[in-house]
Amino acid sequence: MLLIILRRLGQSIFVLFLVAFISFMIFRYVGNPVDNLLGQEATTERREALIESLGLNDPLHVQYFDFVVRALQFDFGVSYRTGMPVAEMIVQRLPATIELALVSAVFAILLGVVAGVYTAINRRGFIANAILSSSLIGVSLPTFLIGVLLIWIFAVELKWLPSFGRGTAVDLGFWSTGFLTISGLKSLILPGIMLGLYQMTLIMRLTRAEMLEVLRQDYIKFAKARGLPDRTVYFGHALKNTLVPVITIAGLQLGSIVAFAIITETVFQWPGVGLMFINAVYFVDIPVMSAYLLLVGTLFVLINLIVDLLYLLIDPRLRDGQLRRAGS
Amino acid sequence: MTETLLELKGLEVTFKTRRGVLKAVDDLSLTVNKGEILGIVGESGAGKSMTGAAIIGLIDPPGRVSKGEIWFEQERMDEHPQQLRGKQISMVFQDPLTSLNPLRTVGDQLVETILAHMYVTKAQARQRAQDGLAEVGIDPDRINAYPHAFSGGMRQRVVIALALATEPKLVIADEPTTALDVSVQAQVLDLLKKLCRERGTSVILITHDMGVMAQTSDRIAVMYAGRLAEIGDTREVLSNPQHPYTQGLMASTPSVDAKSFGSELFQIPGAMPKLDALPPGCAFNPRCSQAHERCRTSRPPMVSGRAACWLMEDAS
Repeated sequence: MLLIILRRLGQSIFVLFLVAFISFMIFRYVGNPVDNLLGQEATTERREALIESLGLNDPLHVQYFDFVVRALQFDFGVSYRTGMPVAEMIVQRLPATIELALVSAVFAILLGVVAGVYTAINRRGFIANAILSSSLIGVSLPTFLIGVLLIWIFAVELKWLPSFGRGTAVDLGFWSTGFLTISGLKSLILPGIMLGLYQMTLIMRLTRAEMLEVLRQDYIKFAKARGLPDRTVYFGHALKNTLVPVITIAGLQLGSIVAFAIITETVFQWPGVGLMFINAVYFVDIPVMSAYLLLVGTLFVLINLIVDLLYLLIDPRLRDGQLRRAGS
Repeated sequence: MTETLLELKGLEVTFKTRRGVLKAVDDLSLTVNKGEILGIVGESGAGKSMTGAAIIGLIDPPGRVSKGEIWFEQERMDEHPQQLRGKQISMVFQDPLTSLNPLRTVGDQLVETILAHMYVTKAQARQRAQDGLAEVGIDPDRINAYPHAFSGGMRQRVVIALALATEPKLVIADEPTTALDVSVQAQVLDLLKKLCRERGTSVILITHDMGVMAQTSDRIAVMYAGRLAEIGDTREVLSNPQHPYTQGLMASTPSVDAKSFGSELFQIPGAMPKLDALPPGCAFNPRCSQAHERCRTSRPPMVSGRAACWLMEDAS
């Protein structure tokens, strides 16, 4: 058990170094940082001085090492566009993205699992089929269109919810949160739905498929034959067995929620890291881009690590190192 | 004096399919007495398991009990099977490897079952669970083990402990040893038999193994194509089978004595008809060597409560 955890940790760290390397290569080779920093009219001496001070004459591996060491100290350089340290920009904008991602993840997972279980149990029911058919719309409509539709209905026509921005955020010193004000909470709803809708339908369809599979298993039949109440059979026996694949996908989707936040943040002018990234792309602001890449990469690796540890928590067979799939 | 525990009256289980309505169980009437072990034999598809599922009320749609009555202790129960399920009637399934939820401890599954049916505290339920494990020959300290930590035979013991945990009056054992090693089969069967005899629990033992049947059951019911072919005391039926199908089954059971070494096994010609293509008259007539005109036109009734065969009627 401990061995499995240590091995997964080792793998995660290796992947992180790889991500750092790619991010470093972008920084180093896409465009010329010196040109970007100095502009056209700089003298040769100034160029040489800057190249030397940036360490660009050092061999590649030394530069990479420097990059990693600085990244570990949250030093990602200075934004070309704003002249601010990239780390500071990220810290300023990350809470907005994380809160948005959190809201849509909770929305997607809670509603997805509940609706998935419901549609699996009432397979032939009218409501279940209505949910299933309408979920097809959620899967097939592009995300930005859903965002625009939401704005049109709830912000423009009904005027219930704000169409852009984060509302009033409360600064807690290290974290600015929108959870504490009504306008902050209201602002979270539409982008949260837009960002989570696709993942919600995906999780719902997956939960339903897995649940139907599990409900065919002998142990469910046996649980019913023992006269256990339906609630116990469905939630005590069936749901837990559907969780392993659902958690895998939900975990990966959580990563893409942060990645897809770029589109949602653009539609809703959400002051998060996604919007910052898009602006960085317009201005070829390489340090911001590479820091963002590193951030998203780290997030994915972390989520995967947590997912793997959750498997161990759910499935006793994996704890005992017995790597047979569920059902056997 | 034998007392009737369960009575099936003209039970019919049908499935709606694209090719029409299929009768998986067709006009089946039989009784199970208190404390007796009734064996149901037949080929796969003969309706044995469907009969068991009908009694406990667990037929998967689109199947359903379309006709007939099920009486349990002089009360009609087919309309409310869930009242008896688990408490009065429990079930043991074929494959112990898949009968237990892999993600929950055996103790957890036992305690949960006991709590669902008996007015006891959690601690009492746990004590009962441990006693139950001890009874089936499993170390009670293993109550917190997960199913994967047990072998197939051990898991079937756990399943038996689960089936008996609520002190049911009837256990339906659907091929309880088919998935087990031959050497373990006898142990598990003996255990089931012993525990049920001690408690006076009736058993419906569903199997296709005539040997298992001969050793375990008090009475035998032979099913063919969803219909009852023959029923009677085990000794009677085995020593003097009346229905040609039972005779064929007996003849095709392999024996392991020296006399039969190298001899060829008897086979009943042909195969059991598909349920959507049953012949008119007796369902067995195309394979029966003694079939005559009447067998091909009209369905034989049960004759003197023993066998559904025109030959018997002609003889009497």
